[in-house]
Amino acid sequence: MINRRHMILASGAMLVAAPATARQAGQPASAAQRWGLLIDTSKCGVECTVCVEACKAEMGLSGHDRPRTDAQYVRKVNVRDPATGAAHSVPVMCQHCAKPPCVDVCPTGASMKRADGIVLVDRHICIGCRYCMMACPYKARSFAHEDQSGQQPHLPRGKGTVEGCTLCVHRIDEGKPPACVEACAARARGAMLFGDLNDPKSEIAQKVAREATTRIRADLGLEPGVRYQGI
Amino acid sequence: MGALAVLITLLALPAFAADLPQWPKAKGEACIAANDVMRREHPDMLKHQRDDTLRLGIRGAKASLKACVECHAATSADGHAVPVDAPGQFCQSCHSYVAVKPDCFECHATTPKATVREASR
Amino acid sequence: MSAITSYTQVRPYTRGWLALMAGLGAVIAVALGAVWHMEHQGHWVTGMTNQVVWGLPHVFAVFLIVAASGALNVASMGSVFGRVGYQPLGRLSALLAVALLAGGLAVLVLDLGRPDRLSVAMTHFNFKSIFAWNVILYSGFMAVVAAYLWTMMDWRAKRFYKPAALAAFGWRLILTTGTGCIFGFLAAREAYGAAVMAPLFIAMSFAYGLAAFILVLSLSFKMTRRSMGDALPARLVRLLGLFVAANLYFTALHHVTQLYFAGRSGVEAFILWNGGIHTALFWGGQVGLGGILPLAVAYGGCGHAPRKRAMMASVMVVLGGLAQVWVIVIGGQAWPLDLFPGMEASSTFADGHVHDYAPSAWEVMLGLGGIAIALVVTTLGITALRLLPAHLGEATGSCRSPD
Repeated sequence: MINRRHMILASGAMLVAAPATARQAGQPASAAQRWGLLIDTSKCGVECTVCVEACKAEMGLSGHDRPRTDAQYVRKVNVRDPATGAAHSVPVMCQHCAKPPCVDVCPTGASMKRADGIVLVDRHICIGCRYCMMACPYKARSFAHEDQSGQQPHLPRGKGTVEGCTLCVHRIDEGKPPACVEACAARARGAMLFGDLNDPKSEIAQKVAREATTRIRADLGLEPGVRYQGI
Repeated sequence: MGALAVLITLLALPAFAADLPQWPKAKGEACIAANDVMRREHPDMLKHQRDDTLRLGIRGAKASLKACVECHAATSADGHAVPVDAPGQFCQSCHSYVAVKPDCFECHATTPKATVREASR
Repeated sequence: MSAITSYTQVRPYTRGWLALMAGLGAVIAVALGAVWHMEHQGHWVTGMTNQVVWGLPHVFAVFLIVAASGALNVASMGSVFGRVGYQPLGRLSALLAVALLAGGLAVLVLDLGRPDRLSVAMTHFNFKSIFAWNVILYSGFMAVVAAYLWTMMDWRAKRFYKPAALAAFGWRLILTTGTGCIFGFLAAREAYGAAVMAPLFIAMSFAYGLAAFILVLSLSFKMTRRSMGDALPARLVRLLGLFVAANLYFTALHHVTQLYFAGRSGVEAFILWNGGIHTALFWGGQVGLGGILPLAVAYGGCGHAPRKRAMMASVMVVLGGLAQVWVIVIGGQAWPLDLFPGMEASSTFADGHVHDYAPSAWEVMLGLGGIAIALVVTTLGITALRLLPAHLGEATGSCRSPD
């Protein structure tokens, strides 16, 4: 029986050219896949915030004009080598580590890694202790410091729990790329490549096999799913 | 024992006195299960589904809070969706009648997608 | 020795007792009001941010929890290490350990984003998390110490006295190790990320716990007009000096290790030299007030009576201890995470520069509430049960020989 909901899901999947196909209803996420990003910072403008704005719209992050406590799932970090003067602008979001410290430290298991490598917060059992925020080397998580409104149906978020980039898990499950990737391709220079690192036929897997890529704080051994070129 | 029964009856009197809950009509033709099943079992259905969807990534389950909201959120005269947890609306009418506060809408959207709502309270 | 010590309850409902309880009750009521405000509004009304995620409540909570395990040491000295002179103090020591832990945990729980979900924390365990282990260690500590207290008070349970004492001592060492590891296991935070955090926390607990014990013992004896003599405070203050020295030693070890690693020179310069309030609290609070001054009072030629010296040194250790926990908790977070080592970074999310943190009044109220909870539990304990020795003067004087 196909209900209205399934129809909506199916129509969404057909509209966008999908890098991967939507998972069948009723099928769990599988460890056969490992979703990842490859970001070429040489294509990132210093002033460009297309990915950041797309994320805010997609996730319903309205903000309260309080920069110290407002949530940011992705941010542009401007880095400069003091020795050479070389500068880059790097989009930094949850790096979806294979060995995420936030998952290790979470007392209740709310901070979790899905089978396909996406790191999420199960806000149903998050108690708001913020230990994951202490543990994350990338400062990828935010704490909801006040009542939230204007939530998107696909991204529940509320006061007193921790949140962060979900790699747009709701879009991936429909066979669509994350909102930041789509927006960067449409409105900026297409610096972001999304795909399944485990699939040898995927563009991202072929590119990381062919070209030199780096990961932020690779020395920590967390094996992030987000890779960079140009830093 | 008898005194206890009288006490319980007295305590329950306000419930008898209150008007039965009323809520706007749903958009769809039929719910996923009969009314008596839904009334009794919707918390378990949603709890089971939330763990399956979030932790395992199983999409398209029969029971879904998002689908509840899509079907049951009323539309106001000016075309805006009315939050399901507003007084007299689908979720709130029954929940205030039975004096149970659902935790869902601390986080979950109370209206279907594609409606623009005011920024902050 | 403890067999002939007589213990008496504190008489309740006297004017002083009522005043004390009313005062502490008022502090707790204010703290609960602050909690209600913080939870209703959300944490944006506090000084805590997405950069400094743990604030003043955690300073008080960590201090109280660390002091709790240390407060049990006096009992352990008597039972595990056979120092007979400490045995009459074992009961109060156990009670104070439970009371301080209750106060610390209350602050920790009431600062959670969702304190209403405490039951979730008690039913969902991620056994890879040192935090989850601490939930078990803290609740277990309460149970083990309660059983230990029972064996001290009930002569029929006398044969379990030694095993219970050993269990409690072992448990407290593991508990403080666990608390230290909360910070020690954070690889990316440059101010911590070292196993030395665990023994450092144990040394801290010895010092804070004994200081809290001396303060509570002296004040309760003074307020209930019990005699103590001079031998015991003199011994306690010497012991406190030893623990303070151990704390200074591990602190020095930690910072020397950090200074030796070239990559950590930034965070060390921040804590030790140019970190503003954190540097001031490190040198003035932690090292000066909480380290060198109490050492001087404990061993130096300060002419005051031993009881006065013990009190003075204990107050200094408590204040210095709060400063030390501030430097660890807040100072460690104020230093930014280094995503791109060797590079200068900036962003809208406060990357690459030191984070400022100013505690709100609400957080101060909550922290003081935790101390008040610990004192109320202590007062109720010595009122309801025979935990406080009727007097100590001669008893301690006569048993100095085994020392």
